[in-house]
Order: sequence, then C-alpha cells, then structure tokens
Amino acid sequence: MLNTWLKKYPNKICMQRLAGSFTGRIARTTGLATYASTTMPRPEITIQGAPDFTDTMHYRSPSRLGGETRRLIPRVLNQYITAIFCFAIFFGASASHAEQVVVYSARIEQLIKPMFDAFTKDTGINVKFVTDKEGPLLARLKAEGKNTPADMLITSDAGNLWEAAQEGLLRPVESKMLQENVPAYLHDPRNQWFGLSVRARTIIYNTQKVKPSDLSTYEALAEPQWKGRLCLRTSKKVYNQSLVAMMIAEHGAVRTEEIIKGWVANLAIDPLSDETKAMEFVAAGRCDVTIANSYYYGRLMQKNPALPLAIFWPNQEGSGVHVNISGAGITKYAHNVPAATRLLEFLSSEKAQNLFADVNMEYPVNPRVKPDPTVAAWGTFKQNTINVTTAGELQAEAVKLMDRAGYR
Amino acid sequence: MRDETLSSAETDSGTKNGFLSASSSAYRTSNGWRLIPLLVAAVVLVPVGTVISSLFVPAGDVWQHLVETTLAGLLVNTFWLAVGVAAGSALLGVSLAWFTAVCEFPGRKFFSWALLLPLAIPAYVTAFVALGLFDYIGPVQTALRTWLGPDLFWFPDIRSRLGVIIVMVLAFYPYVYLLARNAFLTQGKRSLEVAQSLGFNRTQGFFKLALPMARPWIAGGTMLALMETLADFGTVAVFNYDTFTTAIYKAWFAMFSLTAASQLASLLIVIVFAVIIVEQQFRSRMRYAETRQSAKAIPIPLTGWRAWLISGFASGTLFFAFLLPVMQLGIWAVGVVERDFDQRYLEFLWHSLLLSAFAALLTCTVALLMVYAARRCPDSATRGAVRISTIGYALPGAVLAVGIFIPIAWLDSWLSEMAMQLFHIETGLLIQGTLVTMLIAYMTRFLAVSHSPIDSAMQRVTGSIDEAAMGLGLSGWATLRRVHLPILKGGIFTAAALVFVDVMKEMPITLMTRPFGWDTLSVRIFEMTTEGQWEQAALPAVTLVLAGLLPLIFFMRQTES
Repeated sequence: MLNTWLKKYPNKICMQRLAGSFTGRIARTTGLATYASTTMPRPEITIQGAPDFTDTMHYRSPSRLGGETRRLIPRVLNQYITAIFCFAIFFGASASHAEQVVVYSARIEQLIKPMFDAFTKDTGINVKFVTDKEGPLLARLKAEGKNTPADMLITSDAGNLWEAAQEGLLRPVESKMLQENVPAYLHDPRNQWFGLSVRARTIIYNTQKVKPSDLSTYEALAEPQWKGRLCLRTSKKVYNQSLVAMMIAEHGAVRTEEIIKGWVANLAIDPLSDETKAMEFVAAGRCDVTIANSYYYGRLMQKNPALPLAIFWPNQEGSGVHVNISGAGITKYAHNVPAATRLLEFLSSEKAQNLFADVNMEYPVNPRVKPDPTVAAWGTFKQNTINVTTAGELQAEAVKLMDRAGYR
Repeated sequence: MRDETLSSAETDSGTKNGFLSASSSAYRTSNGWRLIPLLVAAVVLVPVGTVISSLFVPAGDVWQHLVETTLAGLLVNTFWLAVGVAAGSALLGVSLAWFTAVCEFPGRKFFSWALLLPLAIPAYVTAFVALGLFDYIGPVQTALRTWLGPDLFWFPDIRSRLGVIIVMVLAFYPYVYLLARNAFLTQGKRSLEVAQSLGFNRTQGFFKLALPMARPWIAGGTMLALMETLADFGTVAVFNYDTFTTAIYKAWFAMFSLTAASQLASLLIVIVFAVIIVEQQFRSRMRYAETRQSAKAIPIPLTGWRAWLISGFASGTLFFAFLLPVMQLGIWAVGVVERDFDQRYLEFLWHSLLLSAFAALLTCTVALLMVYAARRCPDSATRGAVRISTIGYALPGAVLAVGIFIPIAWLDSWLSEMAMQLFHIETGLLIQGTLVTMLIAYMTRFLAVSHSPIDSAMQRVTGSIDEAAMGLGLSGWATLRRVHLPILKGGIFTAAALVFVDVMKEMPITLMTRPFGWDTLSVRIFEMTTEGQWEQAALPAVTLVLAGLLPLIFFMRQTES
C-alpha cells in the first residue's frame, strides 16, 4: 500500500520536504531581521512537515557545538539527507517497477510522446524519457557507463547514432521484424541502430522566378548560372553536414570541395541560421533557390499557403534525393532489453509509423506505410540508397571541407 | 593552497561536511573563515577542472584544422564582439544608471525599475525577434520597400557584426545598469557636496568623482556582460556570427570531439581569468568606503528639453530592449495559445520559479559567506579562491554542464558500488537527477552573478565599522548578521534578482541535470526552438518573461526602500 503510494507520488513528498525545510530557512531569516533590529528573543523555528526519522538523525550529534552552529547544521544537513533519502526512495521505487523503458531523446517531446503513449496503451509498458541535444546526451551516456538509467537513445540524424555506436554506447539488436520494417540502407549494418523516419533534403525554388526545368541536381547549384541566386542554411546544421558527407562518398573530396566552393560563390546572402528563414528569403525574391528538408517546407506552406514556393526533387536521373533519418538504438547497458526491443519494433511497425512520420510531415521508413496525404501530394521520388552510416563516418571530414571552402 | 582545494574536492559529501566544520570552527576563531572560499572554490573547481583536464588528452587534428581555416577569423570576431558589447553595455548602463539615480526627469521612478526588465528576456529571443523584424524579409524593410521602391541599400544590415553587438548590448546592459545604479544611489549626497565644494560643475562632478567612485560596480557589471558574451551560443547562432564559442560547439557536435571542445573552452577560461586578474589588480589599489549611509542625494532637477531628451533616451532603450520583443512574443503566443496551452504550463512555471528561488537563495548565501570571509582574511589564498569560484560563468553552458555531470556520474557509481559491497543493496543513482545536484550546478555557473553585487556592496562597509563591532565583542557571525547584513541589503537583493532571472533563462544545465519528467519553461523553449518552431516557443518564452518580472520588481522595491 505504502509502496504504491510512494511510486505514485515520490516527487511530491520530496518537494514537500524540500519546501518545508526552506520555509524553515526563510522563517529563520525573517526572524533574524527582527532579532537584529530589536532585542526580542529569537523565535524558535520548527520545520514544518518534517517526518521524525530525519530529525532524530541530526538532532543527536551536534550538541557539543555552539548555539549558532547547532542551528545551522540541522538545516543544511536535514535538507541534504532529506533530498538524498527522497530520491533514493524515488529511484528505488522506480527500479522495482520492472515494466518500463527509459529513453534519452534528441527528438523533441512533441514528436515522440504520441508514440510512447500509444505504446503504453498497447503493451502496458511505461516509457520515461528526457530530452536534450545529441551531444550532451552522448556525453551523459558515456559518463554514466553501466549505471545509466537509459534503455534507448533517439536522435534526429544518423551521424550521432553512428557516433554513439562508435563510442560503444549501443548494442546490436537482432530482430526479424526490424529487418523487415526498416530498409537496409536506413539502419546500421551491425544493427546497433535503426532509422524510424526519413527526412528528405530537397531543393525549394521560387515559382515566379525559376522554372523546374532549370533545376536538376544539388551539384548543379554550383554552376555560374545561379550566381547571386542561392540562399543556404549554415554549414553548422547537421543536415548540411550529412548532405556533404554523402557527396564526398559519391564524388570524392576534391570534386565535392569544388561543388561547395561553387555554392559559396553563388550565395546571394551569407548563410542563414534557419531553414524556414532561407525559404522566406526565396519567397521574398531575395534569392531564387535553397536547400531544405521537406517538412520545413510543409510547415511553412501550412502557415502561409500563398507563398510562391515549390519542391523540386533533385538527382532523380542519378543517385536520388539525399535522405537522413531520425532513429533509435538500444543502449549497451540497458536494464530492460526485451521491453526496449519491443518499443523499437513498435516504432517501426505499421501501427506507429504513420504517427511517427506524420507528426512532423516526415516520410515513414517502413515501405508498407504510405506518407501523410499532404506529404504524398509533393510527389514521389527516388531516394539515395547509400547507407546513412556514411553520414556519420564522413561527417567530420565534411565539416572540415566546408570550413576550407568558406561555407559558414 | 592548490593541493588543499583539490583534495577537499574529492567527494561531494566530503565538501558538505567540510563546509559544516568550517562554519563551526569559524564560530570560535576567525581563521576558520578562510576555509569557506577554499571549499566553495573546490566545488567549482571540480567541473572546471574536468573541462581543463581535457588538455592532457590528444584531440586529433581539430586544432590544426582550426588554425589552418577559421581560427583567425573567429578570434577577430570574438574580440570585436567582446569589446563592442563591454563598451556598449558600460556606456548604456552607466548613463541610464546616472540619470535615474541622480537626475529628476519625467518618468524617472518608472524607468528606474522598468529599465531592468530586459533582463527577463533571454538574449537569443531578443536576437530572433530583432532579426524577424528588421532583416530583408521583416515587416519594417518590406513596408519601406513598398513605399520607397525596391532599393534600400541605405538600410543598415542587421545581419552584421554591429547588429549582433547592438542586440547583445540591449540584452546585457541591465547588469551594468543595476550595479552602477546601486553605486550612485549609495554614494550619497556628500560626494556631490564635495564635488560642489571643489568647484566642479555637474559634468565634472560625474567624471571626476562619481564615476571613479563607482568603479568596482561598473567593472563588476561589465565583467558579467563580458563573460555572458563570451559564453553565449544562442544569440550568435541565431545571427550565424562565428565566435570562439561557435568553434567549441562545432568541435563537439559536428566533429564529435568533446576533448577538442573542452580544450578550446579551457583557453576561454584562461583568457577570462587574465581579464579578471588585471581588473582586480587595478582595483585593489583603491578603497571605496563611504562614511555614512543615510545621506541620500537629492535628485538634480532637470527641466525643458534636457529632461525630455533623457526621458526619450530611456524610453527608446526600454522600447527596443523590452517592449518590442515582448510585443512580438505576445502576438505569436496569442496565435498558438489555444492549441498549446494546457495544465502542464502551471507545472513548468512552478518548476522554474522553484529552481530559481532555491538557486538564488543558495548562490547568494554562498556568495555572502565568501565575500565576508575574504574580508576577514584578505590573504592571497582566499582572494585566489574567490576568483576561481566565479569562473564558471565564462564557460559555455553545455560544456560546463558536462563538466558538472561527469564527476556526479562518477560519484554516483562509486556510491552505488559501495552500497552494494557494504550493505548488498541496490541503490540505483542517488545524486544524479536530484534537485540538490541542480542547485549545486547552478551555483557553479552563477556564483559570479551573485558575487559581483555583494562584493561591491561590501566595499561600502568601512574598516572602522568592523573595529567597532569587534570592540563590542561581537563574534564573526554576529558581525555579519547584525552589522553587515543591513548595509549589504541592497547588494544582496540585486544579486538575488540577477541569479533568479538567470537561472530561469538557463538551458543547458537544466536540460542535463533535471530529473525525469521535470520540465521547466526554458526546457519548453528548447523543445520548440530545436525544430525551428519559434512562434510556438513564444508561449513558454512569454510566460518566462512575465514570471521573471515579478521577482525582478520585488527585489528592486527592496533595494530602493
């Protein structure tokens, strides 16, 4: 009985305890002010809501010390012990709760929560998650080592999953279902992570100034006819790093550097921090084309359907549109591998794929699942089927290449 | 001193106990005070040391690559940004502080607190709003193009170095304003009388007397603005203006080298440390004690166009630094409020307020103890320890967050192993993901923010006051409580206000150390801006700004009274 209650409200108790001890502190400070100005005897401070066990713990020892210190020690110690104790209960309670998966996610809450809720409804397994950027999450997993609470890592690009695998933070998952649901080029060859949605990087153009027939490939945007007509997002964004990494894999570093230099020479304005902004510049006629992920286009058009913008699927004669993934892997020291595997499988299943992709106007990885009607209306296209692992392997090289080419 | 700090930095719990024993011995001998700064420095040194320890690990070819390609440009960019923001904040902050503290003009009372409000807005939000309004596709230029034709070559490009500097000055000037105003207010009437008796007019009085006397405050505020600038990533990222911090994040996130990133950050620490030491060397030759507290200056009445000019200046600053961003956020927020606003916002708000309040309390208490300890034992070890303790503010947030997280994770696994071996119980993670961890992490970051105002305020306490207290037989604690606290009140409230809003805006440490499911308003902003959904981020942002206003106004009222 107590146990279930603790499971349900561990945070509440802790907050009350912490708040309680701080009320004590505040009361004491105000008491001090009065004491300093008048000569009234100092009011005795009682800490509200403090259970007996902590009190006996700290009121025992410090009797040897002076009065001032005696009053200080209980306060600080009480607070600390309480906090440690409460969270020990909290974690103890959650540790005994076997059926749960803990997720570290770089994919933001709005884009994962609906799927987790569906999973819990389906299986009864709870999903606990925390969001942050990829870099800190990887650093966190590494620092926690085998004590990590995390069972699963979700990122919004392939490069960071590759890096996580490289650092030995993930474990291979043998699952027939995952192999069937996720095409080979969208998961790790050693099965340490799997793509869950496809993010297509395409060319967006101003329909009043550019004819689709003028466009062909990413590479062609380096040609002199686009001088002063190109807007780009900064090279610091991982989507551009992945794109250039893929180009290095396809054309080699020398040719790729020429292409990037061509892009830089064609820029109408300095690279922008934001893809939506880049498209708005195109729409306003400050430049004519930009490269963007299709869901940014979808969002912008949803908000403002009148903008003279359209998608062009590049490289259809050649290797296909560059795609990145949002994906997940199971951590090396996962506590609950079966449940985590179930979650991963669920996310790749027909049931969850629409939810996972549609919530952000992305494309499903599962070939049996159709994209959202809005997204489908942008047309079908050939994807570049080089394994997305390449994006990670060559990412550092791509960054250096773009630095050399002066692409900020 | 170094060995001592390092050895006491071994464990967190060890430090806690040390803290207690330090205060108990201080009760009897004043020498014990010396331990307080040393121990606080030790706590701060752990994360900073974790970052610096990267220097002993090879970082591949990242450095060589940087030197060959972008480093020179980054340094030039960083230098001008730092100089520009420091100079701009000092100029704007000091002039506004002087006018509101010493002159009488229409709206003075209102401006004296309202000019602080920009503190509540995160700088990157101001940046995003400014870009949205004033760049090529923004409404201002679009409207001008419709009226005046397509060529607006005369319109200044906001996506420029000057643009970044202006935005950052508007975001960071309140640090200087707050401190300088405090200085001018407490200088009192006498200094102005002295100026008059020396035959100075008002301008001379300001430059020859008031300004030099306010120097520790101005320097303290400017240092805060400078450190904030050097550590900033959000604002420069919105502008795509490459600085040293950009390189740190690029090495980490893009080239997967946390080692190289930490090494670059270490270099940043060294530079900031050098600036601090130079500034303090100059300062330590002077003393700034004031004879009497109570003699408040009577404002200089301004009339006619001068008064209105100053009113206009203050309104202009307030408009661009606060009203415009808040109005834009408000408009965006109204658009999404129906869909996004739910009960959870109360929870976010409560968490934000709770963390900020506790962090302000802890950080200010620690800063007060440190300042007082440094006063009682003004030896070089104590002063050095105090300096080290404030360095966390100059580190880029995410790098410091990792520096904090690694030792905690280490300690946690050590503890759980001990528990396993000694008691055969599975404890799980004890420290990580607790609010105590978060508070200590905030303290390492924001100690500088609370230290500056309290330290400057302490300069107002003359040595003779201490002697009198000693003569009356007051102990160390009693002197601090009964004599110093009332004098330091303004400084402490200033510090609390600053830390409060800073913690509220803080993102990387909150993201990394928060317990599961324990989201705050700034975490919410992160969730929205990560995917570029700025308009949806407006809702948590506007809530954050409004929530930050209340304590700001409250603390200011306390300072003024």
